[in-house]
Amino acid sequence: MFGLDKKDTTLLIVVTALVVLAPFILNPFPADSALAQFNAGYPDLMQRFVIFGIFAIGFNLLFGLTGYLSFGHAAFLGVGSYAAVWMFKLLSYNVVPAIVLAVIVAGLFSVLIGYVSLRRSGIYFSILTLAFAQMSYNLAYSVLTPITNGETGLQVYSNDPQILKGDGPDVTHLFGLEMGSAYTLDIGPWSFVFSAGYYFCAIFMLVAFYLAIRIFRSPFGLMLRAVKSNQQRMAYTGLNTRPYTLAAFVISGMYAGLAGGLMAAMDPLAGAERMQWTASGEVVLMTILGGAGTLIGPVLGAGFIKYFENIFSKINDSVLHQWFSFMPDGMEDFMVFIVHPFIGKGWHLTLGILFMLVVIFLPGGLVEGGQRIAAWLRGRGKKPAGGSGDPEHHPKPAPHVAE
Amino acid sequence: MDAILLQILNGLDKGSAYAMIALGLTLIFGTLGVVNFAHGALFMIGAFCAVTLNRILNLSYTVVDETQKDFLGNPLKVDVPYVKGIFGDAFGNAIIDWSVPLAILFSIPIMLAVGYAMERGLIKHFYKRPHADQILVTFGLAIVMQEIVKYFFGANPIPTPAPDALKGSIDFGVLVGLDVNAVVYPAWRFVYFCFAALVIGGVFAFLQFTTFGMVVRAGMADRETVGLLGINIDRRFTIMFGIAAAVAGLAGVMYAPINSPNYHMGMDFLVLSFVVVVVGGMGSLPGAVAAGFLLGILESFASMNEVKALLPGIDQIIIYLVAIIILLTRPRGLMGRKGVMED
Repeated sequence: MFGLDKKDTTLLIVVTALVVLAPFILNPFPADSALAQFNAGYPDLMQRFVIFGIFAIGFNLLFGLTGYLSFGHAAFLGVGSYAAVWMFKLLSYNVVPAIVLAVIVAGLFSVLIGYVSLRRSGIYFSILTLAFAQMSYNLAYSVLTPITNGETGLQVYSNDPQILKGDGPDVTHLFGLEMGSAYTLDIGPWSFVFSAGYYFCAIFMLVAFYLAIRIFRSPFGLMLRAVKSNQQRMAYTGLNTRPYTLAAFVISGMYAGLAGGLMAAMDPLAGAERMQWTASGEVVLMTILGGAGTLIGPVLGAGFIKYFENIFSKINDSVLHQWFSFMPDGMEDFMVFIVHPFIGKGWHLTLGILFMLVVIFLPGGLVEGGQRIAAWLRGRGKKPAGGSGDPEHHPKPAPHVAE
Repeated sequence: MDAILLQILNGLDKGSAYAMIALGLTLIFGTLGVVNFAHGALFMIGAFCAVTLNRILNLSYTVVDETQKDFLGNPLKVDVPYVKGIFGDAFGNAIIDWSVPLAILFSIPIMLAVGYAMERGLIKHFYKRPHADQILVTFGLAIVMQEIVKYFFGANPIPTPAPDALKGSIDFGVLVGLDVNAVVYPAWRFVYFCFAALVIGGVFAFLQFTTFGMVVRAGMADRETVGLLGINIDRRFTIMFGIAAAVAGLAGVMYAPINSPNYHMGMDFLVLSFVVVVVGGMGSLPGAVAAGFLLGILESFASMNEVKALLPGIDQIIIYLVAIIILLTRPRGLMGRKGVMED
């Protein structure tokens, strides 16, 4: 179907089903139960899942396929956001022109940066992209204030021209369908929210995912993998790899621009902090945590990080006391004391530890973890086919970074 | 003339910090071949060593002073630091006043231990892994260290004063024959620069003039051969990791009075230090030091009003701009060795 083989079609269908049914899946607990804070089915968080999913899919097209580790991808996301908000300011709150312009501007910006940065590889490429992104960030904060509105962040004011607005709504909308509108379905004690904005982003994410599959399976994708495994040999065969890597860089920059545009479409403001290197680091974390070079990995990683960011940071001491209330008093206080540093404001600590554990024990990320569990369930002690018994015919896998 | 001298001096203190962190990074990279993203966190831990010692010295007990009365006429309760109780008033005060320089002694064993534990506990298992994995795991470690410090010390910057004697400024212009008050420079920053020069010189002398240093240099050039000669090079490299951590820590200790330590100060320095290392040339120790001072001084020149009027915003981007130009024109950085991390 859609030019995919059977396995990929299944994957696409599963992902589609998960995304469409997300409001149900992410809300497994009744609304007023003690476990309701584990529910992630509210529009704001679900939108972030899919938006960062798009961002990570795009990043993975560059890093997973070519092995070029960019540390400045957030710059494209930030540029996309600024472009989208400018469209809101100049035309109207309709999201279509905003997103189109966000993708185009991010694409042009990434042509510029990619053309220069891709002259080097390895850690030099990482530092070059980092330097460009930090320059954009610093400039957005200082000299470019007329365009970016500096520290306040770019937002829409009532005296902006908005020439196409007419009597359209005062919030972001798709030809009249407001992004903030939502329909709440109550079944017994459960309550499910279906948000227009979420499904709007979800459609983009599914398209982005489909395109990523096509790129992974195309001759172009194969060429990128060849660049990752041995760029020198590609050069010796007389092939100029630069256009291929540049194309991958630009595609991945456009994905980031799309994510930035969607972010602005959900909430019409844009700030420079979206371009900071920590934001670029976050998408690297997402991709690695999920599994670089795999199709579903980045999406999983994005969901994982955003989920824990929201859920862990919401748990506080009184919630902990509730959980451990079955224990004797002294024990309860002790448990709360032990867990306290890892929750609430300390969720970064949890994330850091989780992340280290994944890098140490599961270099392939969550996807590899899933595969190992699946293999263990299937095999139960049987040796996996094509084990490492024969080094001659199973050479060591290519490193993540072009070296 | 005096304006130029002042900008050079202004650049020196930041440049010293860059140079010391970049030196440590290069030591680790040159010996173990590991890209250590947790190095900024080591700098931060050094700064917090100064904070901790300051707090320890200020631990107090309360005594009731019969000679003084509060506004209700009751005897006044006075907090007396233990140090004063033990050493007497004058010497106790001096110790508290000089807590930051004393923290140098306090931090060296701590940083050596932290570095040793880090290398043996974590980094050792990452020698054979790709650079990306090393970057990622040390990045995770940096987050963990930051969050632990944040848990104990809070998120706000903690002012840590320099000794009273070094708080003022020195009239540098008089020393070089310029007018009085032409070049006034904070004393502590000058101390910082001298200290950095001492540390950097010490590291180079250690590598150059001791047998241990000779073996380490040999190991950097050809690890395998040194190993074949029956020398346990791994152990020495571990010690070098500890020394690199101590250099970063010392940079942090002395930086505490310049910039009140907070938990993410390391990250702010880390990115710039990596730029410094790459500009200097991966694996080149003199390159790292030279690039550190160079970029620090360039940064302070770019923040002059005259330059800013000519090129608005240049002060924000100068370091990155220089890095991009150097990376594109000189592939190995300023003094990079052939064959280290080349394309």
